[in-house]
Amino acid sequence: MIDPRHRLKDHFRESRLVSNRLIFAGLLSLVLFGIIIFRLVMLQIVEFEHFDSLSNRNRVDIEPLPPQRGLIYDRNGVLLAENIPTFSLELIPEKVQNLDETIAELAELLSLTAEDIDAFNERRIRHRAFEEIVVRNQLTQREVALFSVNRHRFPGVDVVGRLIRHYPQGPLFAHAVGYVGRINQQETQVIDRQNYKGTLQIGKTGVEKQYEDLLHGTVGYRQVETNVQGRTVRELFSEPATAGQDLYLHLDINLQQAAAEALGDYNGSVVVLDTKNGGVLALVSKPDYNPNSFVNGISVKEYAELRDSIDQPLFNRALRGHYPPGSTFKPFVALAGLELNVVTQQSRTYCPGFYSLPGNTHRYRCWKRVGHGHVDLKSAMAESCDVYFYDLAHAIGIDRLHGFLDLFGFGHQTGVDIPGESKGLSPSREWKRNQRNQAWYPGETLISGIGQGFNQMTPIQLAHATATLGMMGTVYTPQLVRATKTDNDEGMQLLGVQQADSLPIQKSSHWQSVIESMVEVVHGKRGTARHIGTDLPFQFAGKTGTAQVFGIAQDAKYDAELLAKKLHDHALFVAFAPAVDPEIAIAVVVENGGSGSATAAPIARKLIDVYFGIETDEPVTQ
Amino acid sequence: MSQLRNEVRQSPRAMSGLLQDRRRVPGFQWRSGLQRAHMDGFLILGILTLLLFSSVVLYSSGGEDVGLLLRQGVRMAIAITVMIILAQIHPDRFKDVAFWIYAVGLLMLIAVLLFGTIGKGAQRWLDLGFFRFQPSEIMKLAVPLVVAVYLADRPLPPSFVRMFFALVMIAVPALLIAKQPDLGTALLIASSGLIVVFLSGVSWRLIMSFLALAAAAAPVLWYLMHDYQRRRVMTLFNPESDPLGAGYHIIQSKIAIGSGGLQGRGWLQGTQSHLEFLPERSTDFIFAVIAEEFGLIGLTLLITVYLLITARGLYIAAQAQLSYMKLLAGSIAITFLVYVFVNVGMVTGLLPVVGVPLPLISYGGTSMVTLLAGFGILMSIHTHRRMMSP
Repeated sequence: MIDPRHRLKDHFRESRLVSNRLIFAGLLSLVLFGIIIFRLVMLQIVEFEHFDSLSNRNRVDIEPLPPQRGLIYDRNGVLLAENIPTFSLELIPEKVQNLDETIAELAELLSLTAEDIDAFNERRIRHRAFEEIVVRNQLTQREVALFSVNRHRFPGVDVVGRLIRHYPQGPLFAHAVGYVGRINQQETQVIDRQNYKGTLQIGKTGVEKQYEDLLHGTVGYRQVETNVQGRTVRELFSEPATAGQDLYLHLDINLQQAAAEALGDYNGSVVVLDTKNGGVLALVSKPDYNPNSFVNGISVKEYAELRDSIDQPLFNRALRGHYPPGSTFKPFVALAGLELNVVTQQSRTYCPGFYSLPGNTHRYRCWKRVGHGHVDLKSAMAESCDVYFYDLAHAIGIDRLHGFLDLFGFGHQTGVDIPGESKGLSPSREWKRNQRNQAWYPGETLISGIGQGFNQMTPIQLAHATATLGMMGTVYTPQLVRATKTDNDEGMQLLGVQQADSLPIQKSSHWQSVIESMVEVVHGKRGTARHIGTDLPFQFAGKTGTAQVFGIAQDAKYDAELLAKKLHDHALFVAFAPAVDPEIAIAVVVENGGSGSATAAPIARKLIDVYFGIETDEPVTQ
Repeated sequence: MSQLRNEVRQSPRAMSGLLQDRRRVPGFQWRSGLQRAHMDGFLILGILTLLLFSSVVLYSSGGEDVGLLLRQGVRMAIAITVMIILAQIHPDRFKDVAFWIYAVGLLMLIAVLLFGTIGKGAQRWLDLGFFRFQPSEIMKLAVPLVVAVYLADRPLPPSFVRMFFALVMIAVPALLIAKQPDLGTALLIASSGLIVVFLSGVSWRLIMSFLALAAAAAPVLWYLMHDYQRRRVMTLFNPESDPLGAGYHIIQSKIAIGSGGLQGRGWLQGTQSHLEFLPERSTDFIFAVIAEEFGLIGLTLLITVYLLITARGLYIAAQAQLSYMKLLAGSIAITFLVYVFVNVGMVTGLLPVVGVPLPLISYGGTSMVTLLAGFGILMSIHTHRRMMSP
């Protein structure tokens, strides 16, 4: 129990004390809220217009600054892909008084076609009134000048400069370098949209596609204050874009040009590899097309022409063309025979012009009807005796042959650094069972032994296998890009060479035997390519191939003459030079070229001449 | 006893409430009905005004989402129920359990640090299986209650030793909450306790030396702060330094407020909020939405309502019979205004962004329940007074 007197006395004093403090707190609160109200008056009345305009635009816009795409050079520093300024006529609908009239006048001045106007109207629907809309791309100098003089008549219309991709070499590198085109719906799903803001084009094929990440660079930003209509008033802050990296390719424009010329009007493909590192020195696929057509969007008509042509110019034969390797297959079969101890270098076979399996009367013919008589490895290779290889393939058997050829990458992608490579086909018992649900017949082993039958190889596979053979088992993955270079002055960064494990061949004499036999093809007295082996300071190794074409898809509506041509044999030739310590490996495929010896071999010789700088007085002919 | 009554009669200022002539008060009959229910009509009116306005604003800021309004409506109903229940309890019961509530709150704060649930990067929640809650909310009321009871136990102003112990009682939970980390709540709880100490009549000399000490301790506090808290303070002083990061809130909020002007853009017309430039627009930054849509006029009316509620709270405190009631009621009333001040100061760019909701307007239930519980206590103090009169 509290002492009442004491309590009351305290209570009065306390009550006054606390009440005073309460009053003080109340007054302090009023002062603090006075500050708040003052702050609100400052924001909402005094600075109202400032904030109101900030709110109306709100807007600090962020504009992307697209990076400049990296350039592409060949090994000599010749430009293969560059960025050139282009001028386009652009219009802001909001600023134009009378749109129809303006377009009509522009059409008259710059002779716009009906298509141009339709395209413009289509674009106009997709853009807002204050955005620039392209009226016409790629104005000529004359048109730019013509418009400039008359500009005063067209408020809201202007000529705008942009950088677009250009391929100065035209079709020559179309299948290797590829091209860029407008980013499509699918690609927008995949790309880093942030980084592609402001970028209109993306690599579609070849090096342009494979190295998109390096070539594209990093987008920059410009922070701008915009007005109510969203138009830029002033720049607040900017972070420049980082240009894409330049690429230096292994490709050599001289070889590429020589290969393209040597193929002439034939369809076909030439691949030249640097045996020391897998560098692709030339990659030609004929016919080709002009990549510049795709950059700004190819017209429907032009695209239809390319797509529907029976020669399929858009088809990259070097990477995707499936060809029976024919006799160019024989060196690999020979190596298999040696390695699997089925034959020795000295083993001899008698060629009567045909071969029959034991207990079977069916005759598998040699290309030489009268036969080659007694042949050993060297002469069989030099004269491309089929019977020797029928016998050898039969002795090896398809299982072991398939297993051995696997080492050389037959039936596998080479891993070249451009997209779309095909695997080819290296047949096996298992493959036939799975794919065709059929048993493997012994006769199929025979024709496999001479590179016919089910065997399908791409030119780059052929070149790759040939390079591996020339290097006695050292495997390099084919690579187009040799080095990259960033915008700063750090110089070129060489790309790493991709070397796989060396092939497990027991005796180096096996390599030598096969290589010697291939030298005999070019330099031997009876070699099928002896006509290209003259006037050289060194020897090189090669192998001709003539592949039968039956089974190629044919379209009945073409006329007989064309059909006949389509049935001609494919001419093939593989080579590496020099024979000892080779520097380059070549694969030539000439579609319907007739014989490998006559058509394909001279092309390879020409490339050797160009590469090694050999002057020849007269064109090599048979 | 008659002497006591005489004494009381002779102290009209202190006992005026006790001796008030009911018949002179306008609306006496209505008030008396409310009084029987232990409600305070003035406070009820103010609170309901705010809650109604909250619904109007949330409808706009939440993108005209009726579901959101319903959810908030349920919370309001719960909070009002809590308020009504607390108002029925005699203030002496709060006094009786003050230390126990405080002790349990402290234990729960420690439990939160040991095994609390983590949300939004801070460990504030205690999961009891059937529901989760923030023990710091209990402390918002427990701290002023326990300090008021403790200080009023002896004659006021308190002795230095008493004041020191009171400060310890405040500091322990505040530090535990700051460690969660929830700096905003820690500061608010500390201030609610300090307000009690201030109201208890500690000498101005002590208050001044305390402020001087606090100023000296500021660098230490800076050192103890988390990086994100330092960044907030830094961007407060220079929001433009990081326009896309920490300063974004303040810049957008200032644009929203400034563009509201005198009359505002009108309900549902705020572009800053509807175009989603304004972050946290239904919770911590809802004041900016009100500013944009209702302008300076709307804000002034809102602040007036807040001030009137606080004034009523201060009046209740002044009228309270016993010292601990005065201290507690005063603290609840002033803390309410401190909440408003901290939130508005933050949104207008006067104070750092500490994450304090706008009382009774912001979306969310936790703080609303606590606030209305406080008002329930206020009403209890005010309406039980006559039961004590002889």
